[in-house]
Amino acid sequence: MSAPVKSPARFALKDEPRLKLDEFRGRVTSSVRSGNTLLMLCAMPEADGLHLCAALGARDQGTIELALSERVQTSYWALTPDCPQAHLFEREIFEQHGLRPEGHPWLKPVRLHGKDSPAGPYEYFQVEGAEIHEVAVGPVHAGIIEPGHFRFQCHGEHVFHLEISLGFQHRGLEKALIENPARRLFYMETAAGDTTIGHTLAYCRVAQSLGDGATGKVTEALRATALELERLANHTGDLGALAGDTGYLPTMSYCGRLRGDFLNMTALLCGSRFGRGLLSESGVKHQLYEKTAEELLKRLKDTGRDVENAVNLLWDTPSVLARFEETGRLSAQQAEELGLVGPAARASGIDRDARRDFPSGYYLSRRNFQPALCHTGDVCARAKVRWMEIKDSLALLKLSIPHAIGAPEETPLSKFAPESIAVAVEEGWRGEICHLARTDSGGGLDYYKITDPSFKNWTGLAQALRGQQISDFPLCNKSFNLSYCGYDL
Amino acid sequence: MIKALAARLLQKHRTVSYPDGKPQLPPLFRGKPEIDREKCTRCGKCVAACPVQALSLGAFPRLDAARCIFCGECASACAAQALRFTDDFRLAANTREKLVFPDSHELTAPLDPKLLQIFARSLKLRQVSAGGCAACEADTNVLSTVVFDLGRFGVQFVASPRHADGLLITGPVTKNMEQALISTYEALPAPKIVIAAGACACSGGLFQEHPQTRGIPASIPVSLYVPGCPPHPLTILDGILRLLGRIPHASGKR
Repeated sequence: MSAPVKSPARFALKDEPRLKLDEFRGRVTSSVRSGNTLLMLCAMPEADGLHLCAALGARDQGTIELALSERVQTSYWALTPDCPQAHLFEREIFEQHGLRPEGHPWLKPVRLHGKDSPAGPYEYFQVEGAEIHEVAVGPVHAGIIEPGHFRFQCHGEHVFHLEISLGFQHRGLEKALIENPARRLFYMETAAGDTTIGHTLAYCRVAQSLGDGATGKVTEALRATALELERLANHTGDLGALAGDTGYLPTMSYCGRLRGDFLNMTALLCGSRFGRGLLSESGVKHQLYEKTAEELLKRLKDTGRDVENAVNLLWDTPSVLARFEETGRLSAQQAEELGLVGPAARASGIDRDARRDFPSGYYLSRRNFQPALCHTGDVCARAKVRWMEIKDSLALLKLSIPHAIGAPEETPLSKFAPESIAVAVEEGWRGEICHLARTDSGGGLDYYKITDPSFKNWTGLAQALRGQQISDFPLCNKSFNLSYCGYDL
Repeated sequence: MIKALAARLLQKHRTVSYPDGKPQLPPLFRGKPEIDREKCTRCGKCVAACPVQALSLGAFPRLDAARCIFCGECASACAAQALRFTDDFRLAANTREKLVFPDSHELTAPLDPKLLQIFARSLKLRQVSAGGCAACEADTNVLSTVVFDLGRFGVQFVASPRHADGLLITGPVTKNMEQALISTYEALPAPKIVIAAGACACSGGLFQEHPQTRGIPASIPVSLYVPGCPPHPLTILDGILRLLGRIPHASGKR
């Protein structure tokens, strides 16, 4: 394990010791036990076979550490029993490479279905009993929403257990972006369409780290502006949808419109409501002119006022609060053990936000930033955290937009450093996005891993639904609002 | 209650005037592609710049909007400035062939009179997301907000395929979603129509030759192709309204 580095972190492969499996296991589990986050765990193919690779984030230091194991033959002792955060990563390793994590308590498919998956067909956990019934929902849902399958074990309305099986959106993104470099940037923009800026920015950081790029304040202020606009649009949309799921239509209608107003502000920057075509590996593709900046600030003021008006109706409406409060509770301990990220973690009182913990670009100048926190871990807390973050983002944009005016400041990238690994962390609106890239001896990418915040948070939703009524599912689901394609890739 | 009423006044009426007026689009919006044959030097840089092979170079460049992700790389690569994307959002067409710019593009023609009689004033749609990135879904969803207010045209997204007259498909149709899509289509009572929204549904888009994607099966006939990555909500709205004969159809090419 080499010295920890700030995000985006670059490591030379030749300097990385290949730890004995026991040692690797010990390092990762003790690091996580001491409070670090398992940002990524994967099996990396090398000339002699597969090696485990872990990226660990130390929040108090703001650094990332890398751990690589010796070659793994066909199986290894699972980390999950000692480090629950690893559970889905290890399932993924089994599915993608056939390496069996021995002793894994829940070794099921991740994205592949039926005979495609080494884990075999998906077998749902079943509760048995004369009055137990099972409810199956999806993959096609009753709305305009991505596909996924939910299986509830119920007794009457009471949910004992919810199991979520995904993979319906699997497009083979991680492999394709290696094979087709011309499409790479566009694949990043569509890893999760509602997080175009978040994912593309994480990729740009990885590329900049490998290609020795440098960006100045103007470029970084524009990137941060786009990232915060994405957060505003999605948080506003989520609060509207939460209102809709409690049957409170005023906030639902207003926020539906206001979300679009934020998307249109992103379109002012680059022509696309989702930020397509704004970012490039070395910086940005568009310049912000003073007139556009003025228009943006004016619109932000008006839209900000309307969002405040629309959202505050929620806190004044007893019928909304009665549905929000104490629904879908997730304790801080559960959130911590599962390694939850983003607003869902912060709503359970877990103080983590990559903008403060692993800052890069514009956020380096905002070190005193305090993440929004709530402690009740229920739907209400997840709504309130979003509202606090909307206010924070509006305040941040007032500062970042004036800095973003002018010619972008960036240096073109050099050829990527050969035989290196780069890791970058960005706080997307759903939470921490982690990208890991490896280059071959010629400096070409030969391995790439993406962790969307949803990959970590879906299990949180399943846990939050235990002991709830099945009719609480739409509300709980919306309060997490996770990505299917970001998980499925 | 009084606060809710005050909010209603503050939030105002916000529905776009389309199709009666011309909506405002951002200056950088990349809509209908235009290729100026006079200026084109046939250098082929646009073809090389396209990440999804939407452009081909015969006597002059042609752009297949079914494949195009409207990234604008071709326009940036064109030194002669012969290729540009205008702010015209009206793009949808009845067949894939009619999505080829500049010479084959034809805006959507209305359904045939029999279907029009059934659907023109009331069309219920079921949406199936089959491998998309959720951007098409998001900009389809907004059609039901107060801004676009799809309901005023008698068009509505419904929860069950049994209640639907048509299917709106997004995404390149992943292997894992193929069967679910076919089952949903089969659950729709006849007569039924199908709309493919977004580059992925039209052609596979970015994911066109991935082993994990299949495309819309041949057994599902498509009546409306809406290009874009994702299509602007107005592009989808315009396509649907034209299909329903709610916007006067100028016959022939534009």
